[in-house]
Amino acid sequence: MNKTISIGHLKYTFHSLKEILAKASLHRSGDLLANISAKTDEERVAAQMVLADVYLSEFLNEEVIPYEEDEVTRVIFDNHDKAVFEEIASLTVGEFRNWLLMDDTNGEVLKRISKGLIPEMVAAVSKLMRNQDLIKVASKIRNITAFRNTIGLPGRLSVRLQPNDPTDDMKGIAAQIIDGLYYGCGDAVIGINPATDNYKAVTNLIYMLDDVREKFQIPTQSCVLTHITTTIKAIENKVPVDLVFQSIGGTQRVNESFGVNYAILKEGYEAGLSLNRGTVGNNCMYFETGQGSALSANAHWGVDQQTLEARAYGLARCFDPLLVNTVVGFIGPEYLYNGKQIIRAGLEDHFCGKLLGLPMGVDICYTNHADADQDDMDNLLTLLGVAGCNFIIGVPGADDMMLNYQSTSFHDALYIRSMLGLKPAPEFEQWLIKMNLFTDDLTPIEAPVNYRNFLNVSQL
Amino acid sequence: MSKKLKTDIKNPWDSLKEYTEARIAIGRCGSSIPTEELLDFRLLHAKAIDSVHTPLDCVSITSEIESLIGEKIHLVHSAAQSRSEYLSRPDLGRRLSDKSIQLLTQLTKQSSYDVALIVADGLSSHAIHRNIAPLFRVLMPALRSMGLTLAPSTLVEQGRVAIADEIASILNAKLSIIFIGERPGLKTPDSLGVYLTYDPVSGTTDERRNCISNIRSGGLAYELACSKLLYLIQESFKKRVSGIDLKDEQDIVLGSKTNALNF
Repeated sequence: MNKTISIGHLKYTFHSLKEILAKASLHRSGDLLANISAKTDEERVAAQMVLADVYLSEFLNEEVIPYEEDEVTRVIFDNHDKAVFEEIASLTVGEFRNWLLMDDTNGEVLKRISKGLIPEMVAAVSKLMRNQDLIKVASKIRNITAFRNTIGLPGRLSVRLQPNDPTDDMKGIAAQIIDGLYYGCGDAVIGINPATDNYKAVTNLIYMLDDVREKFQIPTQSCVLTHITTTIKAIENKVPVDLVFQSIGGTQRVNESFGVNYAILKEGYEAGLSLNRGTVGNNCMYFETGQGSALSANAHWGVDQQTLEARAYGLARCFDPLLVNTVVGFIGPEYLYNGKQIIRAGLEDHFCGKLLGLPMGVDICYTNHADADQDDMDNLLTLLGVAGCNFIIGVPGADDMMLNYQSTSFHDALYIRSMLGLKPAPEFEQWLIKMNLFTDDLTPIEAPVNYRNFLNVSQL
Repeated sequence: MSKKLKTDIKNPWDSLKEYTEARIAIGRCGSSIPTEELLDFRLLHAKAIDSVHTPLDCVSITSEIESLIGEKIHLVHSAAQSRSEYLSRPDLGRRLSDKSIQLLTQLTKQSSYDVALIVADGLSSHAIHRNIAPLFRVLMPALRSMGLTLAPSTLVEQGRVAIADEIASILNAKLSIIFIGERPGLKTPDSLGVYLTYDPVSGTTDERRNCISNIRSGGLAYELACSKLLYLIQESFKKRVSGIDLKDEQDIVLGSKTNALNF
């Protein structure tokens, strides 16, 4: 298909939906690197104007990556609910933006239409939206999930406690867990990125986390973020796995580069379910994503990184995940160059994931070779708090000394919860109060007796 | 004089700091971090940024390396013209500039060498400034005793790991070893990585490389890094491969594998 628009004496012609989406995307280094972005700012707006007049139904007639050649496209189209789509089938992308922002279009309505949307439609509308639009619409949507606690309820914000250690040292990890729990973090998950994928080392960590959780009866879930095949093996060997983790992307080829496909994800999902370890729910998957992963694996098909990110959510939603985390600034400046691009991408990802029905969290983060700092993270954290993000990451003092990047801290979690009156997951909130770690009005209690008890039991 | 105001709340689990370098038990003022911690963090971040953006001191490094390897090191440049281009265009950092291709092509050389040693700034010039001399001091005598032929050595500005493939193939080397500054963390602004590739050709993918990471004072010690590297060199020539086909059975790996992702 060709679409043309004239602006002044210039005529802009676009040859495919893929090209319109790429050129309508807001400026970011990854799309420049892939050589698919608009050449000028005017061309970008021209593409957005053309995109605004595209009917949502056109996305069902033209795949950005061929159905025959890409498993993610097949998953997206095979799971599309045409009956639900009928409700919005008459809209153009521009009208869809307006409708999403209407007061009558509330969370209930948005949940209802979610299965009628495909990721490309959601990515498209996000490209027309301003940051405040992304925040406003996302804030209407509550995607609630549960395992040993309930995540994503209104007025709640959960935190993944991320006690990474460069050598997987058990005491180093335990000390960070204590620090995090005492600041009210860990209700999304206590999740370790292991320093090695070695099976024995990974299962040692799983046992250790399960032990801590059991001893203190913490109403939360644990996860060691290793390759899904390692987790499947652990489950077969009766290791106490709570959540099944995997990084995923928006094309078949990027997933192949991660060593996964739909069948492997399904196998992991079913293995996780088979353990039936959840007490208040059975969402047992944890996915991580991030714009730029497909390009970095040379698996992007000329599709812009933000659309591909939304496609990863299309895959994720097949497995009813407990947590989906976009690790927005980790990938580096060749994909998101600076604070402005990271902030925009974080809001886009959160919005797209929420509209597609996912329990979105964001790893608000940056690396030291990106042009970003703590102030940028403060901005994104505050914006996502307002947008109703399900969870954020907590690392001590914002410095992950294993992965060598900066994320949000336990203090950041205290800040955003107290600023916006957000509470932890209800089961976890009760535990914090019962353990005398927090007051009834959720202020931390730094009582020496607490941690001495903890130390005695954990044999640190 | 007025009474001293209470300005922060300490954490009684201070003693846990013994077990980790993570920034635990830093106290709080309200929900925020105390000034001292805030400034300490800023200082570390500043050091990390400086490591990325400080240009390689080619003059000193050249003379240091030349005195340790006992021959000339050739200064080359990637196709990335500036640091900002290097950061946003990794593809350019993986290729030599036309001028550098010309320089290496015109060198007098043998039809085949065993090893090409390549030193590159990567994402941290300070990794080279601080670690290359002490590492080479341990490495060079051991490497010589293995009886391998060394291709002309190169020092690369604005280089990424894969530039070693192009350099080694122009130099007719069977094995490329690139010493490169890793992405700085707050605690590791000067961490050096080494990547080893057997039969390097343009387009080589990462699973064909072996990596030794986190070489620095306070990280993986020079002696340990060196013995691991020598082991990998030996095995690589024995099995004529590198990468995942060359399992590291010495098992002295520590440090972040994820550093490798950013090249």
